Amino acid sequence: MSAPTFTAIADHALLVEFATEISDDASQQVVALDGELSADPPTGMLEAVPAFVNLLIAFDPLLTDHDELTAAVHRRLSAEVRHEPHPTSHVVPVCYDPSFAFDLEAVAAATGLSTEAVIAEHLAGDYRVAMYGFAPGYAYMAGVPSSIQLPRKPAAVRGIPAGSLIIAGPQCLITTLDMPTGWSVIGRSATQVLRPHHVRPFRFDIGDRVTFERVDRPTFDRLATEANNHERQSGFGE
Amino acid sequence: MSSAKFRVIQVGPHVSFQDRGRFGAMRFGVPASGPMDRLAHAAANVVIGNDASATAVEVSLGGLTLECVEGTVTVAVVGGDFAVSHRSGSIDSWAVLHVRPGDRLSIRSGDAGSWTYLAFAGALDAPVWLGHTATHSQSGLGGGQLQPGQVLVVAEPRDERRRVGPVPRPPLGPVSPRVVMGPQDHRFEPAAIAAFETATYSFTSAFDRMGVRLDGPRLGLSGALSIPSEPIVRGSIQVAGDGVPTLLFADHQTTGGYPKIATVVSADLDTLAQRRPGDTVQFDPISPAQAIASARHRAGEVERYLTRLAGSGRSLAHRLMNEDLIGSHQPFDGD
Repeated sequence: MSAPTFTAIADHALLVEFATEISDDASQQVVALDGELSADPPTGMLEAVPAFVNLLIAFDPLLTDHDELTAAVHRRLSAEVRHEPHPTSHVVPVCYDPSFAFDLEAVAAATGLSTEAVIAEHLAGDYRVAMYGFAPGYAYMAGVPSSIQLPRKPAAVRGIPAGSLIIAGPQCLITTLDMPTGWSVIGRSATQVLRPHHVRPFRFDIGDRVTFERVDRPTFDRLATEANNHERQSGFGE
Repeated sequence: MSSAKFRVIQVGPHVSFQDRGRFGAMRFGVPASGPMDRLAHAAANVVIGNDASATAVEVSLGGLTLECVEGTVTVAVVGGDFAVSHRSGSIDSWAVLHVRPGDRLSIRSGDAGSWTYLAFAGALDAPVWLGHTATHSQSGLGGGQLQPGQVLVVAEPRDERRRVGPVPRPPLGPVSPRVVMGPQDHRFEPAAIAAFETATYSFTSAFDRMGVRLDGPRLGLSGALSIPSEPIVRGSIQVAGDGVPTLLFADHQTTGGYPKIATVVSADLDTLAQRRPGDTVQFDPISPAQAIASARHRAGEVERYLTRLAGSGRSLAHRLMNEDLIGSHQPFDGD
């Protein structure tokens, strides 16, 4: 385990970096530090933002500074009693129907696999929620098998519906908004990662495990109807 | 229960409900949002006796016209140099007015500034998300953007007529916004660092609540064009592969893979957000320790300023005259 580097950001944040390239090891160190900080927040810490290789600590400059927080992080990293993470496992149904999987053929062509083999590879992956980013509820999951890892497209494609399952490199996510994306769209899920008015608006915690389960189009349609009804009903509660 | 109601007659883009901001959810991809000019927002609230964090309307250069359809209430328009028209005449922003049924209140872009805040003495009703009305512009979550025909409701409106008059402005910060270099300044060519530290950049029209693209010398990267996606803060200056810097504001994406050459200190962000397309900016690099000192110094100034506004109470006009903060005080409301 390597010692992290610390970088001051303006007057109100500290970046703690464990590696410069994405790796499981770096991600696990980030998740571990996030757990320590949440169990025992240093004086003046406002929030911690975990990412693939680093973690940002936002702080109140009236209560602490970069040097004090650096020392506080060192103490937590060297402490003997570590707070073990307790990740939750989620099973997420996905429909790979061609009407949803706009890029499945292209991924198959680029990887030399059949579309069925691409689906099988995706289902075989063991996914871990490494970070949220970009927009509310965009949970970045690491764990796409190397056999179907592809770079982003040169340009983003507009109008990709919320709920799309998209992949790029080792990353996979389920979109929560209708937004342009340069990632490959290989399916759709009725599982809403962002449920704005739910008591738990964000379905996953950082570090959670995710496996995908294939469903057909009629099953997807039923799950989507149920999910929308739930969200609407919880919205009434406000 | 009494209320005051206002119908939206005209509204430009990017006019939204904002409370102080939704802090603490960046780990879920949610930036704080909240006002682009936090101090002006707080001032608009406290000068009419509201809590500094209360919900107000953020008005963009697109402007806003409201008609009071029910109730009377005191309002404040604070921030930028906007033009306000009301039955009592045409005045500048930084003013407290009293509004009654049938009044039209029109807020237009004036001489300078990009954002102004309309606060109502009372509780402005707006949809809440994660405990806050701050609007996240891309998703629409939170209070939301104002729409033509919409009716704004102010619960428990108060008559704060004694506070009517001009609002004193806060102490000015430095002309050049201060930055701490990094966290990825090592990814840039030395010439790019030198250019960034000395050149003048201007705000382009690609300017919204997310951020603004800056026009000026391109900033060449010395290596890979992207880094693993990592957290971004308000004030980050990220540089895309084309070498164009973008300065990020209230609705910034929470993570990104473009290197960041520098970050603006929080004390200087409000003034910076008030620049208009075409306005120029030169950045002033300081050390992290100086940045901390700048935040502590500014916090003291802001606290003294807001305390003075909040306490202005019954004798604001007299107090202002006594403190010689304004040259000539003319009441805006005849009744």
